[in-house]
Amino acid sequence: MAKLILLLLELCIIFCVVHAVFEDQVGKFDWRQQYVGKVRFSHFDTQMQSSKKVLVATESNVFAALNSRTGELFWRHVDKAGPEGNIDALLHHAQDAILVVGNGRVLRSWDVNIGGLNWEVLLDSGSFRSASLVGQQGTVKHVAVLKKAFISVHYLSNGHQKWVENLPDSETVDYQTVYSGGNGQVFVLGVVPHSHITIVVYSMEDGEIIKQVSVEAPWLSNIPASCVVVGQGILMCADSTTMSLNTLDLHQQTQMTQIPLQSLGLEADPDFHPSLMSHQPNAAQKPLSEFFLQLGPERYLLLQLNNGQIVTLRDFNPALLASFATTGEKTVAAVMSPKNKTACSINLFSADTGRRLLDTTLIFTVDPNGGKPEKLHVQAFLKKDDSVGYRVMVQTEDQTLTFIQQPGRVMWTREEALSDVVTMEMVDLPLTGTQAELEGEFGKKADGLFSMVLKRLSSQLIMLQAWIAHLWKLFYDARKPRSQVKNDISIDNLSRDEFNLQKMMVMVTSSGKLFGIDSKTGAILWKHYLDNIPSNAAFKLMVQRTTAHFPHPPQCTLLIKDKDTGRATLHVFNPIFGRRSQVTPPALPQPILQSLMLPLMDQDYAKVLLLVDDQYKVSAFPSTKNVLQQLQETASSIFFFLVDSSQGRLSGYRLRTDLSTEQVWEVVIPTEVQKIVFVKGKRPNEHVHSQGRVMGDRSVLYKYLNPNLLAVVTESTDMHQERSFIGILLIDGVTGRIIHEAVQRKARGPVHVVHSENWVVYEYWSTKSRRKEFSVIELYEGMELYNSTVFSSLDRPHAPQVLQQSYIFPSSISTMEATLTEKGITSRHILIGLPSGGILSLPKMFLDPRRPEIITEQSREENLIPYAPELIIRTEWFINYNQSVSRVRGIYTAPSGLESTCLVVAYGLDIYQTRVYPSKQFDVLKDDYDYMLISSVLFALFFATMISKRLAEVKLLNRAWR
Amino acid sequence: MARLLAFKAVIIFNVLFSVCTDLAYCNNGRRGGDPLETEVSGFSVPLEHSFELDDVAKFQSRGSLLLKTGREPSVSLAQNQLSEEDRAKLKEVAAVDGLYRIRVPRVFLQADRQTEWQMEGYLTAFVRACAMVESHLSDVITLHTDVSGYLIGVSIVTLPGACRGTEVEDEVDLEVFNTTLSIMAPVNAPGPETALFLERMEQESEKKGKNPQEQKSFFAKYWYLILGGAIFLMLTNSAQPPAGGGREQS
Repeated sequence: MAKLILLLLELCIIFCVVHAVFEDQVGKFDWRQQYVGKVRFSHFDTQMQSSKKVLVATESNVFAALNSRTGELFWRHVDKAGPEGNIDALLHHAQDAILVVGNGRVLRSWDVNIGGLNWEVLLDSGSFRSASLVGQQGTVKHVAVLKKAFISVHYLSNGHQKWVENLPDSETVDYQTVYSGGNGQVFVLGVVPHSHITIVVYSMEDGEIIKQVSVEAPWLSNIPASCVVVGQGILMCADSTTMSLNTLDLHQQTQMTQIPLQSLGLEADPDFHPSLMSHQPNAAQKPLSEFFLQLGPERYLLLQLNNGQIVTLRDFNPALLASFATTGEKTVAAVMSPKNKTACSINLFSADTGRRLLDTTLIFTVDPNGGKPEKLHVQAFLKKDDSVGYRVMVQTEDQTLTFIQQPGRVMWTREEALSDVVTMEMVDLPLTGTQAELEGEFGKKADGLFSMVLKRLSSQLIMLQAWIAHLWKLFYDARKPRSQVKNDISIDNLSRDEFNLQKMMVMVTSSGKLFGIDSKTGAILWKHYLDNIPSNAAFKLMVQRTTAHFPHPPQCTLLIKDKDTGRATLHVFNPIFGRRSQVTPPALPQPILQSLMLPLMDQDYAKVLLLVDDQYKVSAFPSTKNVLQQLQETASSIFFFLVDSSQGRLSGYRLRTDLSTEQVWEVVIPTEVQKIVFVKGKRPNEHVHSQGRVMGDRSVLYKYLNPNLLAVVTESTDMHQERSFIGILLIDGVTGRIIHEAVQRKARGPVHVVHSENWVVYEYWSTKSRRKEFSVIELYEGMELYNSTVFSSLDRPHAPQVLQQSYIFPSSISTMEATLTEKGITSRHILIGLPSGGILSLPKMFLDPRRPEIITEQSREENLIPYAPELIIRTEWFINYNQSVSRVRGIYTAPSGLESTCLVVAYGLDIYQTRVYPSKQFDVLKDDYDYMLISSVLFALFFATMISKRLAEVKLLNRAWR
Repeated sequence: MARLLAFKAVIIFNVLFSVCTDLAYCNNGRRGGDPLETEVSGFSVPLEHSFELDDVAKFQSRGSLLLKTGREPSVSLAQNQLSEEDRAKLKEVAAVDGLYRIRVPRVFLQADRQTEWQMEGYLTAFVRACAMVESHLSDVITLHTDVSGYLIGVSIVTLPGACRGTEVEDEVDLEVFNTTLSIMAPVNAPGPETALFLERMEQESEKKGKNPQEQKSFFAKYWYLILGGAIFLMLTNSAQPPAGGGREQS
C-alpha cells in the first residue's frame, strides 16, 4: 500500500506539469481583444454633459457600453447566441436602458452607469412587433411592448405590468407599430396589407380602448418601413407607386390626404423607394415637425410639416447619410456628403430652419481598404458659448466603428468584423534587410573566389553599420524618459525575431474583411475589405509561398466559395502587407468541388493549388509550363477524395496526365441510417519525431503514421436516445480502404474531433449517462515496421492494431485543437475551448488508450498513468487565467522557432493569443536566470585555478630547492 | 412502414449481439464449378474486376460472392480462373503501372426478402496491377458493413503489397486467385470503464480496512514522538526562568 501511495506521489510529481503563469507574466506573452459585433442599435448617454458612454446592442446578441473617448469597453453583456438572445429593441431613458430580447421573450432593464441589471421580466409568448417608451405629463414612466396579439405596458422602475390588453381582430390585422405622443394615449397601428390601416387608441391609465378607426390605404403593407409620426401626431407615409406623401392626423381624421411629390416640386428616382425619418427627442414630448425624406441613394431632403403644408427646408444633393441629434432644447440635423473619392464631409444644420451652422464641418476620411459608410450616430452637445458641438460615430459596411471629433480627428476605431473570424493562418515575418542581404548571398550563383569574398565583406559591413545604428538608437532612447519611448510596430520595421515567436496573423472574417495582426502586440497592421462577398460564403485560406523564398514575396490565396451555387473566386495577396498580388488569379467559370495544395512548387517557389470543378476537371494555379510538366510527371501519384454528405458518398480520384481525373474508389454510407458530419485529415505541416513508443520491456511499439488517413465521423439519423449512435470510420484517402470502423452506441453529437499523429480524439454526448465523454483511438503497426523508410498507402497490406479508451469529461466543450511544434519532439497537449470562456490545455498523456487498469511493473516503467474514468479539470490547466474568451469558436495553433513553444490563438467573439509550453521551456533559460551568479562563479573558479596554479608552481619550486 | 420497423429491429439486433468478423474460406477457384449450397437466407452478388491498358474501367465478372444474411452475416466466394488472354493483359497493364479494380454492388445484408437487398450503385476499390501480378493473385478482400447491415465499402490489398519489378515467369501463377475474404462489421467503441474502476477502489479500501497498521490515526502512530517533543519543550521552557532569575539576583 505504501508503495502505491509512493507511486501515486511519484506520478503526481512527474505529471503535474504546472502551466500557470506567474503574476508578473500576465500580459507579457498574451493579449486579448474584446469585441461586440455588428452594431444594430446605439445610443449616446446624454444625461450628463460629461458622460462618455455609447450604448450599443449588436447582431451578435451583445449589449455593451463603449468609452467614447478611447473606444474601450466599460462593460459588456453577452447573451445566448442564436435567436434566443437576439436583441429586438433598445430603448434608452435617463439611467435605464430597456432591452427586448429573444423575439419578445424577455424585457430587461440595465443601469447604464455600472452595467448592472435593474430588473428582468418574462413576457407572455407571442412574436414581437414593436416597443416604445410612453411618457405622460412630461415624464417617462412606462414602456409599451407590442406583440402579435396583445399590448402590455410595464413600469420603468420595476418592470411590473401595469396593464395588458388583447388587440382587436389580431388574426386579420397585422399590428406593427406603437406610438405615444406623451398625452396619456397609446396609439397602436396595424395594417391589413393592401386594404386599410387600423388605429387603436388605448388610455394610458387603465388600458381601455378609447377609439378604434380604420383608414383606407390599399397601397400600404409595412408601416415601419414607409411611415413615421411627425409633429402633432400626424402619420406621414411615403408611397412609392404613386410617388406621393400621405398624411393622416391620428387624433381626428379618418381619411388620408395625398400630397404628390410633384406638387412639392420634387422628382424621385423611379426605382427607388422613398423613405422617411423623423425624430422624437423625448418620449414625453411630441415628435418634431421636421423630417428627412430620402429620394434617392444619394439624396436627402429636410422637410417641415406646417399646418398641413409641407415645406422644403433644404435639399441635400448629394448626401450619403443623414441623422438627427438633440442636446438640451436644440435639435440639429447632421448630413454626410461625399467630398471626393477618399473623404466625406459632415455638416450640422439647424433642424427647424435648415440653416447650416457655422464651423461645424467635419472631415471623414474613407479608408480605401474599407467599406462605404452605412450609419451615422451623432452625439451633439452644447458648448460654453451655447453653440452646438458634436462628435460622430460612423459605421461602415465592413463593420468598422469610427469615432470622429471636429475637425476630423479620429479618436478611435473598432474593427467589429473581428468578432466573427472564420479562418486564419500564421505567416512568418520576413527577414530584415541586412539578414536578407546575407541570405541572398547563398542564393546567388558563385562567381569566383575573390568576388565572393568581396560580397561577404560588403554584407558584413552593412551588418556592422546596422548594428551601430541600433546601438545609437538604444543610447538615444535611454536618455529619453521611459514613457516617451514607444516601440511602435509598423509595417516597415516588421522583421522576424530570434526565435520566430512573432508572426503575422492573417484573419479572415465572415464579412469579407481580411486583417493582418501582429501576434506579439495584437496591433492591426493591415486590413483589406473584399466587397461582393456572398452572405453564405465559405472561406479557405492557404499559404502558397512562405517568407522563406527571398526575394519572392510571400503569397496567400483565399478561396471564396458561394455555398449555394458552388461558384468560387480567388483572392491572392501578400500576407505581410495585405496588398493584392501582381499575379492574376484564374477565372473559375465552373463550380468548385475541392481544392488541394500540393507539395510541388513552381520555379518561383509557389506551391501548386489544384482546383477540381464539377466536371471533375482539374485546373492548377499557378499554371505555368513548369507546373504542368511537373504535374504530368507526378500525376499517377496524385490522389484526392470528394465527400458528398447529402448522399453519404466518399469517392477517391486519381489525376491523369491530361489533368482529367478518374474515379478509383467509392464508399457509400447510406443516408437513411447515418449522415457524415466531419471528415478530418491531418495537418500537412505536422511532424512526428518518434516513430514508436518504448514499452516497459524495452521493445518498441511502432505507430501507424499514415499521412493520408481520414477520420470520418457520422451521426445516426435516428435521434432516439436508446438507438442513436456516433460512427467513426478511419479511411485511407488514397486507396479508400476502411482501416477501422467503430460505433459509439447511445451517443449523440455535437462531436468535436482532433486527428493527429497516430491518434484520433473525439468528444460526444452520452445519452445513456447524460454526460460528455472523450474517446481516444490510437493506431499501432505492431512490434515491427512494415517499411521503415517510407510510407505508401498502396503498400501497407496489414491492418494496424487499434486501441481505444473512453473517459468522462465534466464539462461541455466548444472547440478542440492539438498543439503543434516545430519538430514534434515536445509532448502534445489538447487545447479545449470551454463555453465558460476558459481554454484548457489537457495533456494527451491523459488520453492514452494504453493507460492500464491494473498497474504492473511494466506500465510503471513506461510512465503510464493508471486508468481513471474521469478526466478532472485542474485549474492550473487553464492557459488564459482570467482572460475569458467569449463564445470561442476556433483555436489555431502554430509552431514557433523554439521547439518547446507553440503559439495559440483562440477566436470567437474575442481574440486571445498566447504561447504554450507543453513540456515546459526545456530549451529556454528562465526569465530570472541568475547570470550574475553563474558568471561570478565562473570567474571565481577561473581565478582560483590561476592562483592555485601559481601556488603549486611556487610549492614545486620550493620543493626543488630543498 | 414495415420496412422501417424491420430497420429498427435490425438496429436492436445489433445492439444486442456484437457482430463479429467471419472469415470465409479461401477459394482457390479450382472448385469454381462445384454446386454451392444455397441457404434460405442467402443470395449471391457478382464480384467484378477491371484492368485495362487505357485505364477506362470495363468491368467483367471475376466470380460471385455468396452472402449469408442474418444476425451474423458471412460470405463465401466462388471465382473463375483467369483466361490466357486476361493473364497477358494483366501483365501488360502491370507493365505500364495500371490499376486493377474490383467492384461489388451495394447490398443490404439484413433484408428478409430478395427484393430488398439490392440497392443502386457499386462500391469500388483498387490495387496496382503490378502488385496483383507480383503477389501471384493472392489478395485479401474485405467487405465492410455499417451498423444496420448495409454494405458500405470494399477494400482489396495484395500480399505482399509491394511492386518490386520482379518478373513473373510462370503463367500458371497467374491462373487462379488465392483470395482471403472477410466481412467486417463495426466494432463497439468502449465507454468509460467505471465499474472496474470502482471495483478496484473498493478492493483497495478493503485492503486498507484489513491492515490495522494503516487504520491507526496520526496520533496513534506517532504518539511517542509528540510526547517526546512536548516533554522537550516543557523542559526547555521550565529551565529558562530560573537561569534569568539567577542573573538578576547576582
